[in-house]
Amino acid sequence: MAVELASTELRVRVLLSRGAFQLDPFQLDVDFSVPSGITILFGPSGAGKSTILDCIAGLITPDDGEISVGTKELYSARRGTNLPAQQRHLGYLFQSAALFPHLTAKQNVEYGIAHLLATDRNSTVSEVLKLFRIEALASRKPVGLSGGEAQRVALARALVTNPKALLLDEPLSGLDAELKSSIIADLRAWNAAHQIPILYVTHDRAEVDALGERVITMDKGKVVQQGIPRQVLDAPRKESLALASGFENILEGTVKEVRLEDGIMRVALNSSASIEVPLGHNKPGDTVRIAIRAGDILLALARPTGLSARNILQGTIQSLEQRSVTMICKVFAGAIFEVHVTLGAARALGLRPGSEIWLVLKTYSCHLVS
Amino acid sequence: MTELFLSFRLAFFVTAILLVLATPLAYWLAFSKFRAKFLVEAVVALPLVLPPTVLGFYLLVAMGPRGPLGKLWLALFGHTLAFTFTGLVIASVLYSLPFCVQPLVASFERIDPKLLAASRVLGANSWRTFRTIVFPLSIPGVITALVLTFAHTIGEFGVVLMVGGNLLGATRTVSISIYDHVQSIEYAAANQLALILLAISFVLLALVYGLNRSVGVRWLSN
Repeated sequence: MAVELASTELRVRVLLSRGAFQLDPFQLDVDFSVPSGITILFGPSGAGKSTILDCIAGLITPDDGEISVGTKELYSARRGTNLPAQQRHLGYLFQSAALFPHLTAKQNVEYGIAHLLATDRNSTVSEVLKLFRIEALASRKPVGLSGGEAQRVALARALVTNPKALLLDEPLSGLDAELKSSIIADLRAWNAAHQIPILYVTHDRAEVDALGERVITMDKGKVVQQGIPRQVLDAPRKESLALASGFENILEGTVKEVRLEDGIMRVALNSSASIEVPLGHNKPGDTVRIAIRAGDILLALARPTGLSARNILQGTIQSLEQRSVTMICKVFAGAIFEVHVTLGAARALGLRPGSEIWLVLKTYSCHLVS
Repeated sequence: MTELFLSFRLAFFVTAILLVLATPLAYWLAFSKFRAKFLVEAVVALPLVLPPTVLGFYLLVAMGPRGPLGKLWLALFGHTLAFTFTGLVIASVLYSLPFCVQPLVASFERIDPKLLAASRVLGANSWRTFRTIVFPLSIPGVITALVLTFAHTIGEFGVVLMVGGNLLGATRTVSISIYDHVQSIEYAAANQLALILLAISFVLLALVYGLNRSVGVRWLSN
């Protein structure tokens, strides 16, 4: 597995000191790698994030460095390699979508696979149109598309070519949170099968929290920090840090059972309800605190079956409160759980205070804190 | 009527030749990062400010038996270029160059650079990007360039007189003919030709503006 991951990795070392960017007098000097999955390139405007994407795509030539995807070298100052943009096989999504205005959505999607036979092209295109839920838009010109629709078409256009890596330059800024997360979910679904490195540029802190598998932080042309936010933010050891990183639920319980062979423990919340959590250094009878993100809990109207999630709890809705585009739902199920769902989901489920509801949460969404 | 036909034949050839020559030149002017590009821009714009007699004079010298172009032509075809239809075509191509190049450059430059970047990243080379993105999106500019070139060539006078002289069926264009008629106080004949020229020019320009509007709208909407 490790070998497989390494062979798809995007490696970037770039040095650029020309006056290529507006807020000049700093030098772009970065060195990082992007494994398969989403990596966020985060930093304030003018930090050089987009310039890095342009270097990777081959639209700007750096002064020095190397850029490679897997075993394929795209640029090497030392060896004099510099593949032109059209030979790099990358996907690049701009903030403006940059759809060709005189072509229909379908023709836009076909643009990068013009070399395929017509029959192959048609089946590939209809597959990707379906995957990104844009079949109904196929014959429309970009001028008739909304911002979210345009980005879905642009994403389909980039991914239909089976790129070796995907570069996204703030593609979802300006879209509302619900739309954003549904597009990201579709992108993740696509990448579950393809496993390419995805570099996602943003200056929006909320997007980092919503997306982040890995984050590279940049400022003034340099990498400030890089790491896996899950290690830092998603598995906080301290309760204060857990609250600060957005864990709305801190529950207390008693360890009932420790199953070393499965790597889990069962924790009782009260006399009737218990949940399964990852193994900690505890023994039965210990009191533990568990941090759970409100967004990591699913709601169901009936007891769901056939799920891999190990914790399915029956509860009652105590209160509902709308905050911007999120419905904050307090549910009693042995303890009070705060659950965040989108307004659309709340509407579809017909959530009302007092109604019965099932909570679903994965073992690994439960984090032990002290 | 021979004069009218000659003017149209001239304008047709000049427009066709300029479409082929001016398009790559305009593309280069729009997208090249070459530092001395401004010099080329200045040269292309020269016919706009020079008196036609100045351009005509230098062209006449170049096309004459002792000029470089004239010598070459003499060696190849046995006659010089001055006072021939071919000479007139060459002179008009130069004289009308800015009228073709400038609308093309303007419309190429209006294209969002992100579209060109997107095309390249999707695997298209410069030729395919030009063919499938730049040119189709510039069609209103191309129509403007072609009609301006055509109309301007039909209307030219000074350069034609200098380079072509006044030979019926070879170099006597409509504008020269009108001048001839006026010189011989044949106002009725002059008026007849002038009126035809006026009408044709108006129809052409109206066509450009009308077409540009409808093409621009239709092209980008559903």
